[in-house]
Amino acid sequence: MAMTDPGPDGRFGEFGGRFVPETLMPAVQELEKAFRGAWADPEFRAELDHMLTHYAGRPSPLTDCRRISEELGLRLLLKREDLNHTGSHKINNVLGQALLARRMGKTRLLAETGAGQHGVATATAAAYFGMDCVVYMGEVDIERQALNVFRMKLLGAEVRTAMSGSRTLKDAINEAMRDWVATVEESHYCLGSVMGPHPYPWMVREFHRVLGDEARRQCSELLDGGVPDVVTACVGGGSNAAGIFAGFADSTAELVGVEPAGGAAVGRGVPGVVHGSNSYLMQDEYGQVKEAESISAGLDYPGIGPEHAYLAAEGRARYESVTDAEVIEAFQLLSRTEGIIPALEPAHALAWVSRERAALAGKTVLLNLSGRGDKDATQMMEVLS
Amino acid sequence: MTGTLESTLRARRDGGAKLLVPYVTGGLGDDWAECIEAAAAAGADAIEVGIPFSDPVMDGPTIQEASETALRQGATPTTILDRVRTLDVGVPLVVMTYYNIAAHAGLERFAATLADAGVAAVILPDMPLEESGPWRTAAAASGVETVLLAAPTAPDERLPRIAEAAEGFVYGVGLLGVTGERDQLAASATTIATRLKAITDMPVLVGVGVSNPEQAAEVSQVADGVIVGSAVVRRMLEGQGPEGVGTFVGELRAALDA
Repeated sequence: MAMTDPGPDGRFGEFGGRFVPETLMPAVQELEKAFRGAWADPEFRAELDHMLTHYAGRPSPLTDCRRISEELGLRLLLKREDLNHTGSHKINNVLGQALLARRMGKTRLLAETGAGQHGVATATAAAYFGMDCVVYMGEVDIERQALNVFRMKLLGAEVRTAMSGSRTLKDAINEAMRDWVATVEESHYCLGSVMGPHPYPWMVREFHRVLGDEARRQCSELLDGGVPDVVTACVGGGSNAAGIFAGFADSTAELVGVEPAGGAAVGRGVPGVVHGSNSYLMQDEYGQVKEAESISAGLDYPGIGPEHAYLAAEGRARYESVTDAEVIEAFQLLSRTEGIIPALEPAHALAWVSRERAALAGKTVLLNLSGRGDKDATQMMEVLS
Repeated sequence: MTGTLESTLRARRDGGAKLLVPYVTGGLGDDWAECIEAAAAAGADAIEVGIPFSDPVMDGPTIQEASETALRQGATPTTILDRVRTLDVGVPLVVMTYYNIAAHAGLERFAATLADAGVAAVILPDMPLEESGPWRTAAAASGVETVLLAAPTAPDERLPRIAEAAEGFVYGVGLLGVTGERDQLAASATTIATRLKAITDMPVLVGVGVSNPEQAAEVSQVADGVIVGSAVVRRMLEGQGPEGVGTFVGELRAALDA
């Protein structure tokens, strides 16, 4: 099956939809219309491609790993999104959305951020286009990602603290949505993952499809026209996984998303509606959303994008979870064997590969290395001391 | 068939009254039900009872704090509705909560539970018109009315479709923003009331940013009435209790009747 257009209602099977306050409904409808127009407009596509090439540094390389492959007894390929401008895959989506926002006449970008990578990317795009930028970040994350807070401010963004609830990514999204309700006429909400109301899950996946399509071509060259046995990526909301899965959904490759054990929406969730869409969600017996807990601020989210819920329900992708301890091991393993310090988020996917090495023996595994680990150095210095 | 909420509000309006609907966060403190009774005794025409949700994106700081506090104090839809069932306040009760609370229980089951608790109607602020079909079907099966919101951002063609689908009353959103008290009534409050009154005979009430008797009277020059939430809940959070709520609702009533 391919990952396609979810249609005007934004449904992936039973998942998705547009559960937003009435105030925002005209805005999400306008956004869908604008995205459809832009995505079908060769001029828009050419301008975005130009930025992706000459500003973001695409295409990102595919690294055929030697030492870690030997150690694990399999062939590990890394899609190197860590080498993009701003250090993660997030730049693909924000350049697309910022370009779209400008086309729609919006002057202000709003964003939420967990680890800070999406906030930094949005602040970067805002600086590039000369737009105002406000980024909401949970109080807990501001403490553990001080470097990214500094980077956002340096880039000219205003960072606002989300003080409510669990004071992490989920609450930053709540605050960003409240801001958007009040400023919808001039603001574009630059949502950072494949979640939220339609058209975001689809639009954000399409803006990240570039990395999946590149990886498909690169794998084909490397594997004599073949595809990897397994394609894996970490999943919080699921944007990098959506991008890489989009490149392989119609192939024979097995798709595996890896969630943190403390935020395993597919593993422990049931369908629920929050932040604009119906998807798997960690919640209590009354439907109150539970707080996710993970060493990685970027995956610290109790839900998952609706298309992932659909891929799971259809059996096209499966979703596994790993513990913080396994992630810390994997973080060190890649650093030591390949000279690549990964972000804690993709270290989840590597932790799964490492744990399942026996089952994966002899197979070719493509892992989306969605970001670099510089932002996590301070936190890991404490963890490992 | 016209439900209890709509027939009550229509009768009051057609009798020349301006309508007053205060909001009380269910499960907040140990005297929230007494606050509902006090509001009814002080002249409310209907009362909104909030069932708190963990992620209330349409609510500002006051109702966020009230929701968090109530949840921390152990409030659940069950504890709130069990208490609501025992109330006999003489005016319709309207539950305001978020979609997931209904979806998680099961739409049909949640609607039936509300009806069983004597609740007349429901407001789900994260359910726009396009997503309202399944809920409205489930609610109608239990005789529960569904109030829909109409926002300042709605283009003209959208308002009649909302008014057509809404039951009980049409909730005009008074400003671009989330719930909370404001120093001044936004110009958009009167504008949305004017736009809605021009296209529907349904009772048109304005809420969000209607904070005091003066603002209530001002917007009710056009609207059929008002919803006042954060200003009531703030008094509850300050510990003013049923007495404070009753006094404030009485002041709102007097301003609307003047």
